[in-house]
Amino acid sequence: MSENNTPMLSIKGITKAFYPGTVNEKIALNGLCLDLNVGDFVTVIGGNGAGKSTMLNAVAGVFPIDGGDILIDGVNVTRLPEHKRAAYIGRVFQDPMMGTCANMQIEENLAIAARRGKMRTLKWSITGGEREKFREMLAMLDLGLEDRMTAKVGLLSGGQRQALTLLMATLMSPKLLLLDEHTAALDPKTAAKVLEITDKLISEHKLTALMVTHNMKDAIAHGNRLIMMHDGRVILDVSGEEKKQLTVESLIAKFSENSGEDFVNDRALLNK
Amino acid sequence: MDFILKGMAQGLIWALLALGVFISYRILDFADLSCEGTITLGASLASMLLTKGANPVLAILLSFAAGCVAGALTGFLHTKLKIPPILSGILTMTALFSVNLHIMGSANLQLNSVKTLYTSLTAALSINKTYLSLIIGTLVCLAVMGALYWFFGTELGASIRATGINERMCRAQGIDTDMTKIIGLALSNGLIALSGAFICQYQGYSNINLGVGSIVIGLASIIIGEAIFSKAKNFFLTLTGIVVGAVIYRVVIAVVLYFDMPTEDVKIMTAFVVVAALFITKYANKLGKRHHILGATGQAPANEARSDAAVREKGGNTDE
Repeated sequence: MSENNTPMLSIKGITKAFYPGTVNEKIALNGLCLDLNVGDFVTVIGGNGAGKSTMLNAVAGVFPIDGGDILIDGVNVTRLPEHKRAAYIGRVFQDPMMGTCANMQIEENLAIAARRGKMRTLKWSITGGEREKFREMLAMLDLGLEDRMTAKVGLLSGGQRQALTLLMATLMSPKLLLLDEHTAALDPKTAAKVLEITDKLISEHKLTALMVTHNMKDAIAHGNRLIMMHDGRVILDVSGEEKKQLTVESLIAKFSENSGEDFVNDRALLNK
Repeated sequence: MDFILKGMAQGLIWALLALGVFISYRILDFADLSCEGTITLGASLASMLLTKGANPVLAILLSFAAGCVAGALTGFLHTKLKIPPILSGILTMTALFSVNLHIMGSANLQLNSVKTLYTSLTAALSINKTYLSLIIGTLVCLAVMGALYWFFGTELGASIRATGINERMCRAQGIDTDMTKIIGLALSNGLIALSGAFICQYQGYSNINLGVGSIVIGLASIIIGEAIFSKAKNFFLTLTGIVVGAVIYRVVIAVVLYFDMPTEDVKIMTAFVVVAALFITKYANKLGKRHHILGATGQAPANEARSDAAVREKGGNTDE
């Protein structure tokens, strides 16, 4: 590992308001600051409307932010459009339908992902060598997808699609992996399998990752660092040994302590 | 029998329109009405150039290029100025009405006394015009189908296909979806103008109202083709289906006209056929037949939960 003091992701006081100037104005990000070191796998928790997904979308460039700066590996990407930032970022969404093209084959989807950050030219969209590589990668998922490479992705289950999306997101070893509640739409056992694949791919590619989850147990069990968000800011940031000692109860206690409010999030409570 | 052969010959050149509409409607999932203006653009530009004594092939190529520009304009209006798809197309179509009148200098342009692709080749090869148009139509369709098959198999073509299916995924994978839409619409309208350039030479005149209802004709061809080639897995077969659909449509029209149906009623009949076809396919959808058709949602949620069991089975040992 090279000694590198530049954070892989540096969020410098970003703000974002939705519906500004109307009665519905919602300040989703309120001077949010966060630095991720190279190799950090950070889980993100917080109540509904805390700004978790907004933070991920702001980093990915889905919408312009109102203020602040976002740097990826020292490069200021604040003004880059979404498709250009994609050169640095792999993403998996909450909705399993979102990360893949249903009407295209598994291998076609992978081939599109294999060209992330590159010019799309008039060369043939998939090469024989790539097919072999994809087959090996799919085999590692252990879902039998390697024998169905020409099947349309629309035929896969939600869990299989999330696993494929993960593979697509990590195929080009992104500088940053953004996981937006990517197991929330899956049943518990499928979610566990997808999380297992997530851990495997992150450690294999030595990725820096941000994983939003509503499941506190998952947030504690995965990654090396945990942050809690509230009202568009980070209100808790624990890592290393301290993180390992966390329990769901202690997290809820810390939430009330740091936010000055009771933890009122049915979904998170149900997920204990 | 001659009227059937003529219908087929016409069908083959109208098939280019259907292929163009296929790119916008099916591949890009973009309801592009500029079609009605670009087919006339192709016809008026080609006619104008021919009356000025231009080489027919050159006139055809320039018409294609002009169609590409018009399509790119629609794409620009939609992606950069954020105008909704249908309105972008209508705006281009409306603007093209004036452009086409300026190009032709009047609402009609006769090609009786000028050299067209058909007149010069019938003279040179001394064959019947109907046979000649069948040969030209077949060759042009095969060339365009081959080109489309190649193009949509390339990296750029695949990203255009993906844009029509899942834009958000495309941007996450680094595809500039504004650009892919503009390129797709340019190609689509280029083909539609190409169709117009052949039509005016075949019928021997160009008219400002040539394009009226052309979107529906294109859709009818696609729907007929898809109904016949519903099992087509191969992209080339899908394209073949569309060409066959366009030919069938024209032959049916030719037959109907042969039996003295008033010409004015052709368009209402076409509209009726499309409505009926859409309704029937939607109905078939409800019965559980999966059929990707216009308007029916592109995704197939029916298969969701099917194999989560498989994922679970493999992952079961993680927490049990």
